[in-house]
Amino acid sequence: MSRNLILGAGLSSLVVLAALLSFVWTPYDYAALNIPAKLQTPNGQHWFGTDHFGRDMFSMIMVGARTSIAVALLAVGIGMSLGVPLGLTAAARKGSWLDELIMRGNDLVFAFPSLVIAILITAVFGAGAVNAIIAIGIFNIPVFARITRGAALSLWEREFILAARVAGKGAARISAEHILPNVANLLIVQGTIQFSLGILAEAGLSYVGLGAQPPTPSWGRMLADAQTMVSFAPHLALIPGLAIILTVLGLNLMGDGLRDWLDPRLRVART
Amino acid sequence: MLRYSLKRALSLTISLAIASLVIFAVIEIAPGDPASFMLGVNAQPDTLAALRTELGLDQSKAERYVSWVTGMLRGDFGTSYTYRTPVSQMIADRLWVSLPLALYALALSTAIALPAGIYAAARRGKPGDLAVMGATQLGVAVPNFWFAMMLVLIFAINLRWFNAGGFAGWDKGLVAGLHSLTLPAIALALPQAAILARVMRSALLDILGEDFMRTARAKGLTRRQALWRHGLRNALIPVLTIIGLQFSFLLAGSIIIEQVFYLPGLGRLVFQAISARDLIVVESVVMLLVFAVITVNFLVDLAYAAVDPRLRSRT
Amino acid sequence: MKRFVKQGFVSGLALSAALIAGAAWAKDDITIAMQLEPPHLDPTSAAAQAIDSVVYVNIFEGLTRFMGDGSIVPALAESWEISEDGTVYTFKLHEGVTFHDGSAMDAEDVKFSLDRARAEDSANAQKALFAGIDSVDVVDPLTVKVTLTEPNGNFLFNMAWGDAVIVAPESIETIKTAPVGTGPYTFGEWVQGDKIVLNRNTGYWGDQPALAQATFKFISDPTAAFAAMMAEDVDVFTGFPAPENLPQFEADPRFQVLVGSTEGETILSTNNKQAPFDNVKVRQAMAHAIDRQAIIDGAMFGYGTPIGTHFAPHNPAYVDLTGNSAYDPDKAKALLAEAGLPDGFETTLHLPPPSYARRGGEIIAAQLAEVGIKAEIINVEWAQWLETVFKGKNFGLTIVSHTEPMDIGIYARPEYYFQYDNPAFQELMTTLNSTTDPDKRTELMQQAQRIISEDYVNGYLFQLAALSVAKAGVQGLWANAPTAATDLSAISWSE
Repeated sequence: MSRNLILGAGLSSLVVLAALLSFVWTPYDYAALNIPAKLQTPNGQHWFGTDHFGRDMFSMIMVGARTSIAVALLAVGIGMSLGVPLGLTAAARKGSWLDELIMRGNDLVFAFPSLVIAILITAVFGAGAVNAIIAIGIFNIPVFARITRGAALSLWEREFILAARVAGKGAARISAEHILPNVANLLIVQGTIQFSLGILAEAGLSYVGLGAQPPTPSWGRMLADAQTMVSFAPHLALIPGLAIILTVLGLNLMGDGLRDWLDPRLRVART
Repeated sequence: MLRYSLKRALSLTISLAIASLVIFAVIEIAPGDPASFMLGVNAQPDTLAALRTELGLDQSKAERYVSWVTGMLRGDFGTSYTYRTPVSQMIADRLWVSLPLALYALALSTAIALPAGIYAAARRGKPGDLAVMGATQLGVAVPNFWFAMMLVLIFAINLRWFNAGGFAGWDKGLVAGLHSLTLPAIALALPQAAILARVMRSALLDILGEDFMRTARAKGLTRRQALWRHGLRNALIPVLTIIGLQFSFLLAGSIIIEQVFYLPGLGRLVFQAISARDLIVVESVVMLLVFAVITVNFLVDLAYAAVDPRLRSRT
Repeated sequence: MKRFVKQGFVSGLALSAALIAGAAWAKDDITIAMQLEPPHLDPTSAAAQAIDSVVYVNIFEGLTRFMGDGSIVPALAESWEISEDGTVYTFKLHEGVTFHDGSAMDAEDVKFSLDRARAEDSANAQKALFAGIDSVDVVDPLTVKVTLTEPNGNFLFNMAWGDAVIVAPESIETIKTAPVGTGPYTFGEWVQGDKIVLNRNTGYWGDQPALAQATFKFISDPTAAFAAMMAEDVDVFTGFPAPENLPQFEADPRFQVLVGSTEGETILSTNNKQAPFDNVKVRQAMAHAIDRQAIIDGAMFGYGTPIGTHFAPHNPAYVDLTGNSAYDPDKAKALLAEAGLPDGFETTLHLPPPSYARRGGEIIAAQLAEVGIKAEIINVEWAQWLETVFKGKNFGLTIVSHTEPMDIGIYARPEYYFQYDNPAFQELMTTLNSTTDPDKRTELMQQAQRIISEDYVNGYLFQLAALSVAKAGVQGLWANAPTAATDLSAISWSE
């Protein structure tokens, strides 16, 4: 296990632990307003200070982690559960009209400016965490479809697959029994990376007001709320910003580390 | 090659047609009537009906879709509901901000990333490499709008070297224009530079492992000489591809940054138009962005196919 | 690129010329920033207040006009006579008034403007202002006679609105992009998404204004607003969007902060037809659950005056009824129990974009939660708000500032979005409209304020403050905002 993996896994589990802990304990009620105590800088009572409504920032960051993780995780779930079968199908029917259709569909989704579409989706169906998940999830589908197809194609040339075909197994069964387990590592690595991109995307959507709605805290909205106050209360922007950076950094390091650990030859598109 | 190009062109056309349908459908089901938005709370029904007729909103959706698409084919993007000016003119105006911003950011990102990537590749595994790679990890993790806020806090509010937002306008001169685009371009360039530096480094490392590089080394060139003379040129192909893709990303992806810096660019136009339900503007801008991305992808594919004939068999 | 360089060079020359000139003469231009850009420049065919903020009494004038203190004074009408029964207004127009295109402004133009506003196919956003007009007749070029179907105590006030300005018939085609009026400033240029420039009208019929040129800049983002003002990129910011930043300007000798009043009653609008809000006990419970001061402090950083009814506190007829809905969560809980809802209930809270609504909404939701009312926050854009809340009446609660002056009459319209239907109140309003005696009118208005306060129709929160920041040397700015306007003629630079 590399240093990257240890550091990344450490950072990520810290965030996950904070999120889990917030279900049972936070220093203060994250939604409780205390306007006379507003805009305190970090101190003994409020470790991360208070926001413009006097809410405890530490509690909000903890619960915000929950929001970020939930949105990003579910978006990756959407991407995987639709993208992987599509990719497997395309690879199994390589060169057919179905393959062509799936890959062109992929290109089409890729061609849409994702943020603009996310904004459109939320404009149509209303802002909220669920729509943010869908908006981010849609753009995860082609990512998983493409890498699954790529990896599966090379597997189809391998001898153990040929053997299975000779044994009379159908394409669907081969995909499920032989191809999928062999692309799993790749999917875990890519999933980690999409997860971190999802955290960033959620922050961006919340920042423009299209993510989770108040009173549910979200790091992106905390930044948006802080924007006019950075000049006299910089901690309002610094703390949620650092939370995002450390989480994404942790996930990326973990992704890189996992890749090296699981299979040093694996190559995953980063962009 | 010709057959391949034609095939790709056909699929490009189909993609664009589907995209136009999707965009129109999504935007048309958005709640909110442009006419009632414009007339406000005291509007009377007959006034609203008059305005809806004037805007052409009384036509059926199918009629409006057809006239929108045929208009675009002629280069006519329609007339904005709110501003009552041609959409093509508005887009052209905004492109004078978004395009230079994207180019500026791309130039910055390239200027930072290529040397950093080359440096890291040349010192693979040494502290210099680790430092560059660590910096790129951080660069990828920083949300660009947060970075933008910090830039504003430090360079605009505290040091007052730059304006915190707004665009000076090219009529104030090239320097003033670029000055007001500098902070936004830096904010946009940072994550892109981090990605690009990683691509540059890994492309170079790939090349270093190839046979002709070993030959070059065998001919007595030092590692660094071999890198400069042979490696760089070959590594530029993947790097240029990424730069091409980043450009279309930057054009569309600056929407939040334009929001932070209050720049009158394309992204901001979309944002304003969505909230004002200026549907025709939203439809046309999104279509234009999709067109840009699809076309760039098409050109990249063609260029690849020209370089590497094996790719033509792949569809 | 070549084009840029060349332009840069030329404007560089122009700039140095301006610097030299600036040293010799006092500053006679100004840059005024505001949040919203007008969609177009015709005040008679859109509701957008941003239009009036640029053109009202600068480019366009009406028969009467608002002054900064909210009073109504003659404008294009020099004087008027009102018939005994209050239904015929005979306006005497100023002599020698010309439109910016050089044509004379006469009674025909007044008739044209009023008839256009009240026509069947008119796009006027405030058509109700003209509803009582029976006919408009030209007596002679400088006299115009307006006949009403019934007496209207508000008629001169109505004619002062930006929606009732006098326009030139021949300029209607291009009024949206190149407005032609009679005012002290002419339209210069409009760079969309950025600014509008107005120039002094040397042919103006009244006194020449002090400023030769005014530039309106549009900066919607609160952070950018703060930065633009701090960097002195703009001279004035009217309707400053970030009250949290005002202490920093107050502490800085380079700036002055003006805090005035607006006509904006900010209310927690309640769907009176929807259960459980159709029960007055529930509405009363909500009123006692809300801590106004916390909202003013938390959402507006202390700027705003608490109100207990739908009426502007600076109006002489205002009655302080905040006592009817004092903050008392225990009483709120008791009232809910009386209404048969001891465990509270769930509802929705639609919030439009302004920060008074978004921030105020978060605070109100938290306060309502304290007494068991769970209000789900739904942030919406204005277009969506109009569709769902205002037209569709598909909402429980919403927060909005009603910025039209003297708009208590909306409570007499049962179809209006909060759907308050009280025949006694409607009758009172009818009486008020046909009453011209000032004392009697005051009495009726106070009675109206009491009825809606005691019926707890809506949650009455606070009167929106007019917040402006300006450089220290700017004088003559309106502190208050009796209507959306930027009266450039009143503004000058101190020596």
